[in-house]
Amino acid sequence: MFPEVLEFHVAGYVNDFINWLLHSFSGGFDSISASISYVLMAIGSGLSAIPWWGYILFVGVLAWVVNKKISSAVFLALMPMIIGMFGLWDLAIDTLAVIITAVFLSLFMGIPTGILMAQIDRARSIMTPILDGMQTMPSFVYLIPAMMFFGLGKVPAVFATLIYSMPPVIRLTNLGIRQVPKATQEAALAYGATKWQLLKEVRIPLAMPNIMAGINQTTMMALAMVVVCSMIGARGLGQEVLLSINRIDVGHGFESGFSIVILAIVIDRITQGFARRWEPNKR
Amino acid sequence: MVEAIEIRDLWKVYTKNDQDIDVEDQDLVTSLDKSEEAVVAVRGVSLTVNPGEVFVVMGLSGSGKSTLIRCILRLIEPTSGSINVFGEDVTALDEKGLTEFRREKTAMVFQHYGLLPHRTVLENVSFGLKLKGVLLKERLERSKVALELVGLSKWENYYPSSLSGGMRQRVGIARAIVMNSPILLMDEPFSGLDPLIRREMQDELIRLQEDMHKTIFFVTHDLDEAMRLGDRMAVMKNGKIVQMGAPGEILANPADDYVARFVQDKRKQLQMADGDNSKKISLITDNSSKETGSEKKGMIGNVS
Ligand SMILES: Nc1ncnc2c1ncn2[C@@H]1O[C@H](COP(=O)(O)OP(=O)(O)OP(=O)(O)O)[C@@H](O)[C@H]1O
Ligand SMILES: [Mg+2]
Repeated sequence: MFPEVLEFHVAGYVNDFINWLLHSFSGGFDSISASISYVLMAIGSGLSAIPWWGYILFVGVLAWVVNKKISSAVFLALMPMIIGMFGLWDLAIDTLAVIITAVFLSLFMGIPTGILMAQIDRARSIMTPILDGMQTMPSFVYLIPAMMFFGLGKVPAVFATLIYSMPPVIRLTNLGIRQVPKATQEAALAYGATKWQLLKEVRIPLAMPNIMAGINQTTMMALAMVVVCSMIGARGLGQEVLLSINRIDVGHGFESGFSIVILAIVIDRITQGFARRWEPNKR
Repeated sequence: MVEAIEIRDLWKVYTKNDQDIDVEDQDLVTSLDKSEEAVVAVRGVSLTVNPGEVFVVMGLSGSGKSTLIRCILRLIEPTSGSINVFGEDVTALDEKGLTEFRREKTAMVFQHYGLLPHRTVLENVSFGLKLKGVLLKERLERSKVALELVGLSKWENYYPSSLSGGMRQRVGIARAIVMNSPILLMDEPFSGLDPLIRREMQDELIRLQEDMHKTIFFVTHDLDEAMRLGDRMAVMKNGKIVQMGAPGEILANPADDYVARFVQDKRKQLQMADGDNSKKISLITDNSSKETGSEKKGMIGNVS
């Protein structure tokens, strides 16, 4: 037994601090919440406007464009059919909306952050330990501040997902830009490129394979948060898995779990295909 | 007449954190040479290049040639000294002025080509014009002419990765000449190519130069190349210029052991071509002082 005299609690202070934050910055959290839910609504209503066969067609065409193989395009296009056959289509669309929103916001903030890290050494030395911290943190931990700030539902789910999934795209954007050969950059400078032209014409295009790999990893991380986020009340495939665990309903758990896997495979294949297209020697 | 390039007492000391070094301080320079923290790459180089001449800088690996040529357009910041290009003090330019200077006055060809892998040959050639803001139609027209000049018209829509080394360097040269800059800076442009192609590229450069009359600052570690191309040359050792003059003079009267070792093989070659060594060399020296650049090049080309 650990001696009782040494017991010391910080829970009270943490709660006080969070309360203070919520009080002092309630306007800030409200507007963050409002903008997340705005993006979520826009994407959600867009997604539900598309008929089911629209998705099949879209996935098929995209898969063909990136891989140029009929067999893999047909295979990938038929995968989502299985989700529909399990009767989980609408829930899958809900999940997709959360993921796409989170990934969109992740990239929207992550890519510029990565560029900043690559351009300014100080920014990198500040960001690196933060990113290290973010990546060692178990995903569940993000639920606590998300729930505190934004309550229950999809908005905190998007928030937790986006925080959890942002590090890879930041890291790989930074890495990709820093790996652009010095000789190529030097040539551009010799011909009178300004800093901005160097970034736009040389550094970002040559970093594209890495940035695309970062986008792919970020998307995969976002998918990994699906089940976790159901714990703060985000409706979707994740919640079905959670419910099945609680009810010990292995069959239903398998169906919803498998549907998540299908989403993951389809998204992974397509984003990876795009990443490959950016490799310069493949063109 | 205003000199094309005039370099006075140029120093470059590479240090860990780009600190300022007082190069006047002899003791400091000696201590830097010993320490591992800093490298003195260029030490007190002065030279002038006349308009329209091909000036070759030759030296062994690590003698500071690349550093020197990069200082001219400040891809590397010189530690001290001054550089004037057509009377304009390059070291005094601010960022905007420097960008302008690089766009208008100089064009550079690199040993490792420095082409953009995600751009086609045509786009690569027009890259400098694009940076300048030349309109698409004009820059494509001009780039096509430049590609024609280097004989790569058929390849304009290929990516650099599908070209051979020699062809890539032709793209590099086209990218430089399309800029219409008075000064061409070339840092070992042919060193990565095999001997036959290298020879071909040298001939091509000579041919182009006959029409262009640019001022060419050419870096090489190959004596043959220096002799074929150069109107005048400087031999660099350990950051210093140890001898400067017409190639023939340097061949005939090497200033020290270092230069002598450099030209030794060449002298032997000439010796074999003609039994009497001294006569042959004095012949070249005489010629090079009398004849014009291109004739001299032709003659040496025949001998070797
Ligand atoms: N960025 C740098 N930082 C530190 N030292 C450098 C740097 N660049 C070059 N040097 C050093 O400066 C010296 C001169 O290098 P430089 O590249 O100018 O030689 P070079 O004559 O062009 O050689 P090469 O024929 O190999 O190209 C070398 O000792 C090199 O190690
Ligand atoms: Mg060099």
